[in-house]
Amino acid sequence: MISRRDFLQAAMATSALYSASGFGNWSRLAAQQALTQDDLLNFDTFGNLTLIHITDIHAQMVPILFREPSVNIGVGGNRGQVPHLTGADFRKFYGIADGSPSHYALSSGDFEALARSYGRMGGLDRVSTVVNAIRADRPEAILLDGGDTWHGSYTCYQTQGQDMVNVMNALKPDAMTFHWEFTLGSDRVHEIVEGLPFAALGQNIFDAEWDEPAEMFKPYQFFERGGLNVAVIGQAFPYMPIANPGWMFPEYSFGIRDENMQAMVDEVRAQGADVVVCLSHNGFDVDKKMASIVTGIDVILSGHTHDALPEPVLVGETIIVASGSNGKFVSRVDLDIQNGRMMGFRHKLIPIFSDVIAPDPVVTAAIEAERAPYADTLAEVIGQTDSVLYRRGNVNGSWDDLICDALLEEREAEIALSPGVRWGPSLIPGDITREDIWNVTSMTYGAAYRTEMTGEFLKVVMEDVADNIFNPDPYYQQGGDMVRTGGLGYRIDVTKPQGERISEMTLRATGEAIDPARSYVVAGWASVNEGTEGPQIWDVVESYIARKGTVTVNENDSVQVVNA
Amino acid sequence: MNFTRRQSILTGLGAAVAAFLPFRAFAAVEDNIAEFTGGAEPGSGGITLTAPEIAENGNTVPIEVSAPGAVSIAVFAAGNPTPAVATFNFGPLAASQSASTRIRLAGTQDVVAVAKMADGSFVSDRKEVKVTIGGCGG
Repeated sequence: MISRRDFLQAAMATSALYSASGFGNWSRLAAQQALTQDDLLNFDTFGNLTLIHITDIHAQMVPILFREPSVNIGVGGNRGQVPHLTGADFRKFYGIADGSPSHYALSSGDFEALARSYGRMGGLDRVSTVVNAIRADRPEAILLDGGDTWHGSYTCYQTQGQDMVNVMNALKPDAMTFHWEFTLGSDRVHEIVEGLPFAALGQNIFDAEWDEPAEMFKPYQFFERGGLNVAVIGQAFPYMPIANPGWMFPEYSFGIRDENMQAMVDEVRAQGADVVVCLSHNGFDVDKKMASIVTGIDVILSGHTHDALPEPVLVGETIIVASGSNGKFVSRVDLDIQNGRMMGFRHKLIPIFSDVIAPDPVVTAAIEAERAPYADTLAEVIGQTDSVLYRRGNVNGSWDDLICDALLEEREAEIALSPGVRWGPSLIPGDITREDIWNVTSMTYGAAYRTEMTGEFLKVVMEDVADNIFNPDPYYQQGGDMVRTGGLGYRIDVTKPQGERISEMTLRATGEAIDPARSYVVAGWASVNEGTEGPQIWDVVESYIARKGTVTVNENDSVQVVNA
Repeated sequence: MNFTRRQSILTGLGAAVAAFLPFRAFAAVEDNIAEFTGGAEPGSGGITLTAPEIAENGNTVPIEVSAPGAVSIAVFAAGNPTPAVATFNFGPLAASQSASTRIRLAGTQDVVAVAKMADGSFVSDRKEVKVTIGGCGG
């Protein structure tokens, strides 16, 4: 047994080692513009167990551009803490040189120029090459998929997730947990999960009627690897029936259920687990809090909030690893496990530079097989953009500004509302294809509604969503971003309690204050209500872009954020 | 995050305004608790109230309460127009002093459980349960 102090020293020693030979070196090589696949994969094998983590792919099978956020505000105890550092602050914290590949991969700033230099990232055939290389080094490595895999593209929508299932199966994961998968509807989820050649995990996936663990999803799975008993406990997204349409999967209840997580940790330890890994879709701040409450988890592989961190965060004796999104990164985590204790770790967040890492031809063929039937539809150019189009940001993103503009004009509304999701790749000035539009809009409840809301109700909606992001207690956060508004300006004080954060709501067209008693025509999409009617959002956006020919999105000055 | 009782009550008030509940509701829960304890101030520890942080459906929120050694456990929804939810009595032969049920919550509020122990003392636990109209996840 080692004391906590010993553990911390061991952990620090390995991170120092890691900094010297892993991430730091990569930065320097980057400065020399001499990035090679070997550099990206270089890793001094450590300890006796390797975990490979990928999460939040959102059905991005081929390489994409993805701009990281410039606004990601932390509240309460997480104010100013990672992952709430962005841009230059992020680079300063991790010692990343401006203009380096790490700058481009991990942080915002100068996105267009760097995207033109360093190219697209991700691609599951490149991910496969990385996974294969790690397995060549350590054949018993465990590959874990953190979920949000079967959602987010044209082909995924058309095949109800089958394209992603087929391609991911080629990568041979060992286990997976879930979030957007459930928006395929529970029948389709059952159909896929029954045929999965790996474990479908979620200790917090419960039967809604009986409030008992759901039979189809096991809480944990044991793996015998390297002479160790490795327990992997799944944690699905806790707030699915609230953040997504619960009517699509009424049989299920979720929640954080940290008391059940503790019970599962105790259970696997009693069954002889040498190491306990939590494959989580909680979101980073929720995972930090859970790690401070539940004892006995060695590693949390964290997903949902799409954070990419070059080093794990240590909470007590638990390390938390965040592996980004959209196929941009794979995390490799080597652990030294002795007598049921984690003695140290070595970690590398491997950026998938698609022009540097060679594609695995087997997986390239599998991807092409899925895309071929739709190739012409996907590639059709709908229009051009003059602006960088991106989504990430707490209160707005230029893709969402464009979507709101489309809603206002195409649906003849005074106010547009667009959901604060964090998925969806970015574009630099150039062509917009149909695939690009679907990448930021595809979902199973994409009807673009048109309705009337009073000013008073709009305020309630805005306050409600704001509390889901800025509640100082992470357990009350849902991990998305603020609802995006078109035609409506407002001021938000992130430090205030619910009901007091939003003020100065203004109708942009007239500059008049929103009247609580007046009704406004509101267009939006992604309603969680059953029976929502309207054209699909991707058709609305396509029609708008086709009509405009070239779109320009100006700097959004409609939201004033204070006390950030 | 640890809410002090005062903060909890203030939070409850905020929620009540949003849910258009009568102001008087919050005094009612304190009256109800005092009635159950005979005016004694409940201590903490020895009682565990399990409730979701955010309700999936405010109309049917699963809760569980456990207080080993209790003879009686009362559950209150502090923000409901009628705060008293249930009182569970345990006889001497009860194998465990725990109960689970589903309750309806009118809005974001504290759920309070108070247990009367065999020695006549009282302990309580409270959890804030948020009732939200929903949003969008990452």
